[in-house]
Amino acid sequence: MLTPDRITTTTCPFCGVGCKLQLHIKDDAIYQVTSPGDAVVNHGNLCVKGRFGTDFIHHRKRVTTPLIRREPQTPGGRTQAFDRALWREASWDEALALVTDRLTGIYQKHGSDALAAFSCAKATNEDNYLLQKLVRSLFRTNNIDHCTRLCHAGSVVALMDALGSAAMSNTAAEVALSDVFIVTGSNTAETHPIIALQMKAAVRKRGAKLIVIDPRRIEMVDYAALWLPLRPGTDVPVFSAIAHVIARDGLVNTGFIEARTEGYAEFVASLGPFTPEYAESVSGVDRGLIVEAARIYAGAANAAIYWALGIPEHTHGTDNAASLIHLALMTGHIGRPGTGLNPLRGQNNVQGASDCGAMPWHYPGYQSVTDESAAGMFERAWNVESGGLNRQRGLSTTEIVGAIGQTVRGLYVMGENPMMSEPNLNHARRQFEQLEFLVAQDLFMNETAAFADVLLPAASFAEKDGTFTNTDRRVQRVRQAITLQGSARADWAIVCDLALRIEAQLGRPTTGWAYAHPSEVMAEIAQVMPDYAGIRYDRLEGDGLQTPVDDSAHPGTPFLFAEAFPRGRGLFRPLEYIPAVEPTDETYPFILTTGRVLEHWHGGSITRNSRLDDLFPEALMELNPADAAQAGVADGQPVRVSSRRGTITLRAKVTDKTTPGVVFIPFHFVEAAANLLTLDDVDPRAKIPEYKACAVRVEPLAEPALPSRRGRR
Amino acid sequence: MTHPEPRRSQLLPALLAAQATDGWISETAAARIATALGVPLADVHGVISFYDLLRATPGPEIVQHVCVDPACALAGSAALRQQLLAAGAEVHDAPCPGLCNRAPAVLSESRGVFVPPDLAARDLVDGDLRWLTPLCGRGRPATLAEYVASGGMRAFERALREPGQQIIDEVRKGGLAGRGGAGFATAIKWEAVAAAPGPDKYVIVNADESEPGTFKDRILLEQDPWRPLEGALLAAYAVGAKRIYVYIRGEYPLALARIHEAVDILRMAGYTGSNVLGSGFSVEMEVRSGAGAYICGEETALIESIEGKRGFPRLKPPFPVTHGLFGAPTVVNNVETLAGAQALLERGAEAYCAYGTLKSPGPKLFCLSGDIARPGLYEMPFGITLGDLLARAGGVRGNLQAILLGGAAGALVGPEALGTRLSMEDMRAAGLPLGSGVVMVFNTTRDLGEPIRRIARFFAHESCGKCYPCQLGTQRQTEILERAAAGAALPGDRQRLLDVGWTMTDASLCGLGQTAASVTLSALKRWPELFPDA
Amino acid sequence: MPDTVHLTIDGHGIETAHGATVLEAARAAGAEIPTLCYDPRCAPNGLCRMCVVESQGARLLQAACVTRAVDGMTITTESPRIIRARKTVLEMLAASTDLSETPDALAQIAETGADITRFAGGRVRRPPVIADNPMFVRDYAKCILCWRCVQVCADDAQYAFAINFDGRGFDTRIGTFFDKPLPETSCVFCGQCVGVCPSGALKPLRAWELEQRDSAAP
Repeated sequence: MLTPDRITTTTCPFCGVGCKLQLHIKDDAIYQVTSPGDAVVNHGNLCVKGRFGTDFIHHRKRVTTPLIRREPQTPGGRTQAFDRALWREASWDEALALVTDRLTGIYQKHGSDALAAFSCAKATNEDNYLLQKLVRSLFRTNNIDHCTRLCHAGSVVALMDALGSAAMSNTAAEVALSDVFIVTGSNTAETHPIIALQMKAAVRKRGAKLIVIDPRRIEMVDYAALWLPLRPGTDVPVFSAIAHVIARDGLVNTGFIEARTEGYAEFVASLGPFTPEYAESVSGVDRGLIVEAARIYAGAANAAIYWALGIPEHTHGTDNAASLIHLALMTGHIGRPGTGLNPLRGQNNVQGASDCGAMPWHYPGYQSVTDESAAGMFERAWNVESGGLNRQRGLSTTEIVGAIGQTVRGLYVMGENPMMSEPNLNHARRQFEQLEFLVAQDLFMNETAAFADVLLPAASFAEKDGTFTNTDRRVQRVRQAITLQGSARADWAIVCDLALRIEAQLGRPTTGWAYAHPSEVMAEIAQVMPDYAGIRYDRLEGDGLQTPVDDSAHPGTPFLFAEAFPRGRGLFRPLEYIPAVEPTDETYPFILTTGRVLEHWHGGSITRNSRLDDLFPEALMELNPADAAQAGVADGQPVRVSSRRGTITLRAKVTDKTTPGVVFIPFHFVEAAANLLTLDDVDPRAKIPEYKACAVRVEPLAEPALPSRRGRR
Repeated sequence: MTHPEPRRSQLLPALLAAQATDGWISETAAARIATALGVPLADVHGVISFYDLLRATPGPEIVQHVCVDPACALAGSAALRQQLLAAGAEVHDAPCPGLCNRAPAVLSESRGVFVPPDLAARDLVDGDLRWLTPLCGRGRPATLAEYVASGGMRAFERALREPGQQIIDEVRKGGLAGRGGAGFATAIKWEAVAAAPGPDKYVIVNADESEPGTFKDRILLEQDPWRPLEGALLAAYAVGAKRIYVYIRGEYPLALARIHEAVDILRMAGYTGSNVLGSGFSVEMEVRSGAGAYICGEETALIESIEGKRGFPRLKPPFPVTHGLFGAPTVVNNVETLAGAQALLERGAEAYCAYGTLKSPGPKLFCLSGDIARPGLYEMPFGITLGDLLARAGGVRGNLQAILLGGAAGALVGPEALGTRLSMEDMRAAGLPLGSGVVMVFNTTRDLGEPIRRIARFFAHESCGKCYPCQLGTQRQTEILERAAAGAALPGDRQRLLDVGWTMTDASLCGLGQTAASVTLSALKRWPELFPDA
Repeated sequence: MPDTVHLTIDGHGIETAHGATVLEAARAAGAEIPTLCYDPRCAPNGLCRMCVVESQGARLLQAACVTRAVDGMTITTESPRIIRARKTVLEMLAASTDLSETPDALAQIAETGADITRFAGGRVRRPPVIADNPMFVRDYAKCILCWRCVQVCADDAQYAFAINFDGRGFDTRIGTFFDKPLPETSCVFCGQCVGVCPSGALKPLRAWELEQRDSAAP
């Protein structure tokens, strides 16, 4: 039996649930991960990633020394270099000097618009806060965004419009208090496994009724009283038809509507066409199920709605989310425990990265960059001359990629992997080739880093201190458990070092970068973000605090909107059904929808450098048995999948988990990157791409098309 | 809202049916059943591996189950076993199949299914008060017409015109106590279920008679199934149950067949179904087969078994009367108890109490086996002395050495106990178990160590493995006894047996573990010389 | 219904929440009752019987982890009967399985003075290590059959139902459907089972590999 040298308590770096981890360390390596039974978020339960997936930290492919490309890269001639021989090791001083020179050079020559940064929802609040501060205060641009754009942007815009706040309204564990809950666009059991456990217990132990509305027969369907299998992209008609039935049958909460909302009359008038019959005709969902779902949801004492990326990742993602918000506003299922509108956030710190301003339209705390008083406040806080901060909204992630070759010349990527996560990767690749200068700050040589001029080796979550904010707004401590690997440095420390150099090069007065520890960064965050005003590291021991935390005595906020919405009254907004942008046709007869699997994480930088990859080693396309028979595809057979934008080859998994006409491909696998196929059309307001529906063709291939199969599935 | 029977409840029937078809349960069949019933695969395998009669691997076409328990051992089962082996048969050492009166017993299994034993074989049934067994021992089963002609079903028909409470009151007046071993007052049980809230209530006929040395329920089920079933109908009506389960051990193929037939006939005759005899009372009766697990005679393990689970006994409280089958209030009564209830209600409490003792009224069934002149089932009024009972059965063959009372969970007594009156209160006062009415006789030519070892082995085989004292203690008890028999006792073994025995008795979770050492402990006290301490 | 109940444990009057078990009441009051199978994360089953106590009026010893505290109850947590039961269970368990990584059992063996060789020579449970997946190993030679893994795999946490019991009595083991390797079952490798295992029977592959390396070193 091993005796640990020490056990460090920290927060899981994978999904937005924010489980408490205890890292058992021996010889400066993690050999076991446990969780205490009294952990408030996860009660000692973990998923395969948190429990067994942290071995990526010690992976031999980890980059732990600054690297500089041997061959100078030029716009148009930029290449991907995975081979370490194409790089040389450098000192931090040399690497950061080069980065400073090139970025300030571009800035001085081409101005603010020429630079952009991808911040990171896996990094800490402090890391994100500092990177956006660098970009805004030194390069005077708001061109900073992170993967929230690619996940919940539609939800955020819709919630901000309707309520004035974009976070989960309630605590996930409150599902124990719901008597009805809807799960839609969320494969909860695989993407938020610990919340799924609480949902399963609510159904099995407390008799709660679950309504699943999803095109896939996901595991949660096993626990559902109703499953509404809708065609991808038909969320607005289905949810509007539910609203139609609620209004038609007098199931509305009139008192709530009168006291807390506005725009209902106009909204209810707009529901006329959304009959269950109409919704059935476009979505394929039986009208009876729609009526029943409406009655169950509206008739509940406490009903909650949980959703994930199946709702926002559409060109009409904002409308999809709005159609959910309407249900809560009509029935008053918000502002009490066990109710609410609950967008399940994907990344461990996507809530925090958004809170901390890693977004092109907002300063930290969702204060608009176009708001003069907000800009003035940040100028004072950051020691920037009055009028110095940029008042123009910056570019979103997909817009940044689109602007390369036009305005954007230099790009700083902290921790993200847009060359896997952007839609229509062939297009993204052509854009990246046009960059003048690219810096990547990461643990691994991933698809984006391979394009870079400089790769700065960052510390993993286990090598640094900081905080993550989980999906239900709980700010929790991340604690250093092992020493920095090689010469890797914490993201916040790299950013500070770089900022000081850039300041000096630009001859600017200091904007304050002498932080000795992330706790000092949090002290500054508390000064500029009202929701974090009461957060101090010493208050985060134990189980952390749920924002808003108004002052140093405030206990935190488990659920929001008890009295009012931040914008005052909840706003109804009439919706129209806009079909998916790329309908199926004879050439491309299947709808492709993409997503995650339990064992992997996003672009795979982490999980594919882990034992997790042994568990789920290759991409599989899920195909319904009926479709498989028609397409002549056997279970496990290689197939070629093509869209108008690209082609990939992978194996088919014939399963009832997907409905006829729909195929599912996870986006973690570079050898069969789903995003080569996806559309880069975006929602006009939220700028989120349509990851969840595009048209593809599936062709069976002979066995030698792929290396032989390994692993379990 | 009615309490739907969860699909999982069909698991054991489905597994038995698969085995009856294929001779064993293949992975494919198990998976198919799991999917159909919505039971996790691992759980299905867990259930298969719990029950001795279920096979997850193909076996030989024909298997001979030779009883290895004490009564058959006395009658030469070891020699029979050798004989069968010599003849090339596949032999399986089996726990007591309830044929002690016809020892040594062999049951044939053909492709995973038991072949009913010799139909012509006749069980000796005798006694001084034939209220439960008037139609038994005739070499053929009673028909419903015979049963009705003898006065059967009148009690039920009368009961349907009375409030249920009146039946319970009558049972209370008759002083009926459970015959399964614990001796709990039947009326209190029924009353608790009648009073428990909830629309769905159940009656379970515990016909999982597996106590070595016991065959009384088998004879009732095979020869006069009507009486216990009428008792069950009376119980169901009294407590307001709409469904009766008859759970019969899998080693009783003939009883299973007879009960299946009887249940069909009762339905056709209108005694079950909806609106029974125009009374407005509706009741269904379903037969379930066990699959080789003594523990399922324990009422909560039996309930788990009907629910499609491994037969692990539940923690009590809560008791089945409030949280029983499918979580609903449930009466679980032994076959003899229900037959007794029928006898009591047919005659009325007053007449019933005219026999037996003040505190143990009415008749009791005794299973006599071993070194006795006329082994068989004897129905006697409570209060007869042990000596008189032996005399009634023709007396001991040879000189009396010991008597096993109450079965494997009972106690060994010497000739000094012959004067003990066989009643609940007398036995309790003497510190002896009445148990299920086993009276197994050993003459002075017998090595008493052998039945003690066989019983220890029986418990080690039948322990469910749930609580540590029994899971570990039954194994250790057997090992110590076996090394003593091999002349390899260790210093301190007597103390080991005492510690293991008392730990099981004091600390086990259920009645099985609590009694798994009672024979050993009784013998340790009476015949310490049987237990060498090195 | 009153919120609290009053009972006596080892002569001390104790007030505890209605519905609390004797174990919870005793522990809250600072009385130590030993346990092996008990884990607050799992539904208690009263398996190991280490927590047996005497309750006045009860014929048999009661498992404190599953006995509800009721008004007026008088509990004794140590007596010769109790000690005999605890000690004998430990002695029998030590003769059956490898307790070297069950710290609770080792502590209680030391505490009670149990003789772990007392039942030596009988059958032992020593199945080979199962390393059938990239995440964790199953060394059932160390299994004490506390049931926690089966419970958390089922409705005490994960609802995965990948493992269950196999066999019965002394031969009970934790098994899968027809002994399939875990990757061929409904296992999702959450490792809740590893997290609750008290005996080192389940451990991360990484930890096991390090142990093997250490034990191979001179």
